[in-house]
Amino acid sequence: MEARQRYTAGTLVVEIVAVLLGLLFLVPFYFVIVNSLKTFAELLTDPTSLPTALQWSNFSNAWRIMKFPTVLTNSLVITVLANLAIALISAMAAYRMVRHKTRFNRLFFSLLVAAMVIPFQSIMIPLVRVARTVGLFDSIPGLIVCYMGFGAPLSVFLFHGFVKSIPHEIEESASVDGASAYGTFFRIVLPLLKPIAVTVILLNSLWIWNDFLLPFLILQSPDLRTIPLATNSFFGQYTKQWDLALAALVLGITPIVIFFLAMQRHIIEGITAGSVKG
Amino acid sequence: MMKRRPLSAWLEQLVFIGPAFISFTLIVMIPFLLGMYYSFTDWNGVSGTVTFIGLGNFKQILFNDPDFMRSFWFTTRFSIAAVILTNVLAFILALLLTRPLKLRNPLRTVFFLPNVIGGLLLGFIWQFIFVKGFPAIGQLTNIPFFNLPWLGDETTGFWGIVIVFVWQSAGYFMVIYIASLINVPKDVLEAAQIDGASPAQVLFRIIVPLIMPAVTVCLFLAISNTFKMFDLNLSLTKGGPFKSTESLALNIYTEAFQNNRFGLGTAKALIFFVVVAIITTIQVRITKSREVEA
Repeated sequence: MEARQRYTAGTLVVEIVAVLLGLLFLVPFYFVIVNSLKTFAELLTDPTSLPTALQWSNFSNAWRIMKFPTVLTNSLVITVLANLAIALISAMAAYRMVRHKTRFNRLFFSLLVAAMVIPFQSIMIPLVRVARTVGLFDSIPGLIVCYMGFGAPLSVFLFHGFVKSIPHEIEESASVDGASAYGTFFRIVLPLLKPIAVTVILLNSLWIWNDFLLPFLILQSPDLRTIPLATNSFFGQYTKQWDLALAALVLGITPIVIFFLAMQRHIIEGITAGSVKG
Repeated sequence: MMKRRPLSAWLEQLVFIGPAFISFTLIVMIPFLLGMYYSFTDWNGVSGTVTFIGLGNFKQILFNDPDFMRSFWFTTRFSIAAVILTNVLAFILALLLTRPLKLRNPLRTVFFLPNVIGGLLLGFIWQFIFVKGFPAIGQLTNIPFFNLPWLGDETTGFWGIVIVFVWQSAGYFMVIYIASLINVPKDVLEAAQIDGASPAQVLFRIIVPLIMPAVTVCLFLAISNTFKMFDLNLSLTKGGPFKSTESLALNIYTEAFQNNRFGLGTAKALIFFVVVAIITTIQVRITKSREVEA
């Protein structure tokens, strides 16, 4: 519906309206960033204008108090490892399901698809009990196993749709050459799955990085906190200490905003692909 | 007749399917089934004894739990307001950004940006805006809207959460609508214009019917996201004042993990699951029946 239209006066009006809306969308960021650099007194008396002197100490204090390096590392470790695990087990399962349509595999696939409608909150209570029983409680590896279980349905579904489009002949020629099922998968199929793997990993990254409730229930030790968990407890401790709290917020949103700006084309394409199929 | 499969075939099945099957069963299926069982018990999460009490929890919830009913009603109203506003704004943004604007790509980035930040952090950001930013703007401009007691009473708490949800989600749905709008065939639109259709007629009689698949997806996601809303609720109002803005998800969480009534909590969770499943199924049926092809 777009393209090859001339830039008319009407288009200019639309452009101005869109830019004004865009600025409105950015106002909250302006408030947070500007006030994170003010002294507490200045922030209370005048929250709208630019800071008179930049208070970088807000940032160094927030960095130290919320143990930002530890928290950032935890978030990174959890997101990266959970992502790799989900992508690998989902790609393997989806490949097997497409190529071996046994009754069991078909049933499992239907279960996964059906499970996509289960809200997390409707199973979180017994999940905590299961996690305690099998030793997944209060540990990062345990949390990663939880993400594997919750991530599998959508990820298998996306891989499944993609594997179906790969012609069988490519693998057959490999197995004629004597490659095992594992060799065929890792050396031939997996590289072909790259486009959908990018989509799966980006969707899961945004979800896991920002997830609050699951780690809130599973992780107890302060040393294991992720960015959302640390932000939450920081706000609990420093209610109304807005100079510190806002600096902590800016620290908390910076990594994911950088990630988004670097990967935005892939992320937006991935969301389109994921939503159309899911 | 099933052929006997050699050991290596079983091993392959185990290696390829096993990890996904085991983690999914352990993390999703077992808790789901356990939850159904616990919802008929008085489990308190601590003591070892779990007594079967039949429909006791459900009777308690339906007839004797005004807080749950209130959170149910709050979540329903929130869902209606947020789903409509988010989708209308997202659709308008998509219409704007499918015009040949010079700043199209930067604007798309800006509108999408709130969506990549988690609900908890966004809620804290907006807490500051509502509590400190709005009064300051109100003082400067004297616009009554900014001088309301934001997040301080039920009405402003409700609309506060709606505003943040719309701001967070509109960009996401906008992306889906843009993808759908781009695929509306140009010749159909031109034919309509030549036949003298007004812009409103083109929009509501041609464009909207043709993008119904995107509407189905966006409404489904918006309805389930509003019903599952937890992070924003916790960081903006914590359900207050006096539980007047407590969502279903927050109510379930509090019942189980603060009041230690796990049996009651799982019963609420089961009701929650059934309600979400029924509403989204009805919605998908209705919007799917309106999908047409060009």
